[in-house]
Amino acid sequence: MRALVAVKRVIDYAVKVRVKPDKSGVELNNIKMSMNPFCEIAVEEGVRLKEAGTLSELVAVSCGPDKSQESLRQALAMGADRAILLKTDYRTDMELQPLAVAKLLKKMVEKEDPMVVLLGKQAIDDDSNQTGQLLAGMLGWPQATFASKLAFNSGLTGVDVTREVDAGLQTISLKLPCVVTCDLRLNQPRYATLPNLMKAKKKPLEVVDAASLGVDMSPRLEYLSVEEPPKREGGRKVDSVDELLDKLRNEAKVLA
Amino acid sequence: MAVPCARQAARCFSSRQPLTVFSEDQRMLQETVRKFAVEQIGPLVHKMDEQSAFDPSIVPALFEQGLMGVEIPAEYDGSAMGFVEACLVVEEIARVDPAVAVMVDIHNTLINRCLYVFGTDEQKKEYLPKLATNTVGSFCLSEAGSGSDAFALQARAREVDNGYRITGVKQWISNSKEAGLFIVFATVDPAKRHRGITAFLVDAGTPGLEIGQKYDKLGIRASSTCEVILNDVFVPRGKVLGNVGEGYKVAIESLNEGRIGIAAQMVGLAQGAYDVALPYIHDRKQFGSRIADFQGMKFQYAEARMELEAARLLVYNAAALKEANMPFTAEAAMAKLYAGRVAERIASQCIEWLGGYGFTKDYAVEKFFRDSKIGSIYEGTSNIQLETIAKLIQADYKSS
Repeated sequence: MRALVAVKRVIDYAVKVRVKPDKSGVELNNIKMSMNPFCEIAVEEGVRLKEAGTLSELVAVSCGPDKSQESLRQALAMGADRAILLKTDYRTDMELQPLAVAKLLKKMVEKEDPMVVLLGKQAIDDDSNQTGQLLAGMLGWPQATFASKLAFNSGLTGVDVTREVDAGLQTISLKLPCVVTCDLRLNQPRYATLPNLMKAKKKPLEVVDAASLGVDMSPRLEYLSVEEPPKREGGRKVDSVDELLDKLRNEAKVLA
Repeated sequence: MAVPCARQAARCFSSRQPLTVFSEDQRMLQETVRKFAVEQIGPLVHKMDEQSAFDPSIVPALFEQGLMGVEIPAEYDGSAMGFVEACLVVEEIARVDPAVAVMVDIHNTLINRCLYVFGTDEQKKEYLPKLATNTVGSFCLSEAGSGSDAFALQARAREVDNGYRITGVKQWISNSKEAGLFIVFATVDPAKRHRGITAFLVDAGTPGLEIGQKYDKLGIRASSTCEVILNDVFVPRGKVLGNVGEGYKVAIESLNEGRIGIAAQMVGLAQGAYDVALPYIHDRKQFGSRIADFQGMKFQYAEARMELEAARLLVYNAAALKEANMPFTAEAAMAKLYAGRVAERIASQCIEWLGGYGFTKDYAVEKFFRDSKIGSIYEGTSNIQLETIAKLIQADYKSS
């Protein structure tokens, strides 16, 4: 059984993000980039399923500029078998939006015929949390989002997915093929060992011009301005509950 | 010295990569090792320093990541990378813990290297896969009476039926508690002086081989530095490494390279301390300003950053020369000498920049400072490095 795993190259989670002075977006020049943490978890899950014998092939896909190859190589070093870059120069944190990515991934699904598509639940740059859901809708496939546990049945015709929802944990049963988006507690991604980094160099990485897939990738949302959150101010001590209520109501304006 | 003509110079400079810019593969390696070091080694550093011992999880994790067989070829289960990559691994680990870094460095640049260059096919087949996957190595050269004067060693190897019996006491031996293989230098004939010295492969557990007391050290405390005692230890003929009487070659050649690895460790140490201090001084305010904004401070960290850059260039140029099979002995000595000094200076300054906090064990810088002192001592003291450089300079001025 083959699975597709989608990965995105984003600003590294540890970087202190800066907004450009013209408020058009976040500063990306010379900033450290990495694989989106939730995508890493999705890749790790795919590799574990391969190790368990559930999957026979794991194909990593990414939509982005040439440099996204780095994230694909990391996926290969973690254990993916092949990688495909859908190359585009649209800014991946703003211009290339979930709708376009879902359409591109649908083309890959048609080409690769996987039984499962694994994705991270959201990217940490735009926090959209839409791509997996849109893709499932377009394919007409069942979807399980915020997965914290995956259990395939022995016939490999379906999978039970435990989801992290606001009320706690929910377990649903899906038939294959399906789309799964991965949440934080699903697994702890492995480090790419040095021998695997070397092996990854020999694994196929195909670069495809995204525009050649005949998909309308143009953005539907226009960013009007990107601003930093208000600077954190010092706290204050209060002497009584009445004073606290007064401040919450009249200063912080969080009480009616 | 011949001066290249301008056209030639232009051609060679345009194709040369800056020394501090690494290939995509090397950068991926740095990222992976950095992440591993910060997440897996970082939380254990303080405890390991206090207890003077590695956490049991460390050595298996290093093997699992392929960090102990960086240059070993794939056919021997190694990571099949080069010397520059080994230095990068050591530097990245040293940024987190120079004690773990020295174990990885000695194992890769001395032990693995000795086996690979001087080993017979049988020895390579037997040891390289183990060294890549599960066996730590230890380099036993120094003795109580022979540190810098290494070839005045007294450990004696008597020839017997089918092999040798070695008796002697080695001192200051790193990795001794963790090692499964000991490369022991002993003399088969004291009358031949350095031409009697022979390198032997001794497995842990061989009768007569004993690991003695561990030293209570100022720095790199987690690294096990012990006496290694050999009492009539039998080594079969097949476990002589290289030729009998050529052990001095084995030692010198590996140490010449090994010192580049130590230099990389020192650069990592300096960087590690610097990376703790810089954010701190941009946070800490006194007299209404961040202390990093005072000109006095600016001049200090600018100097430190410059020295760090210079040390790094010496290291990676020496490593590149070695990889290119060009002479590198002087450059290696310069790299080790300079990097050791820079590490000590920067670590010491970082303590000052952190003020009172820097002086406590709650902050990482005091450990970097303690760890840095060994840089001017092991794998050739600073004075030995100066001697080596001067000797190579004087080779051009021999009296006729």
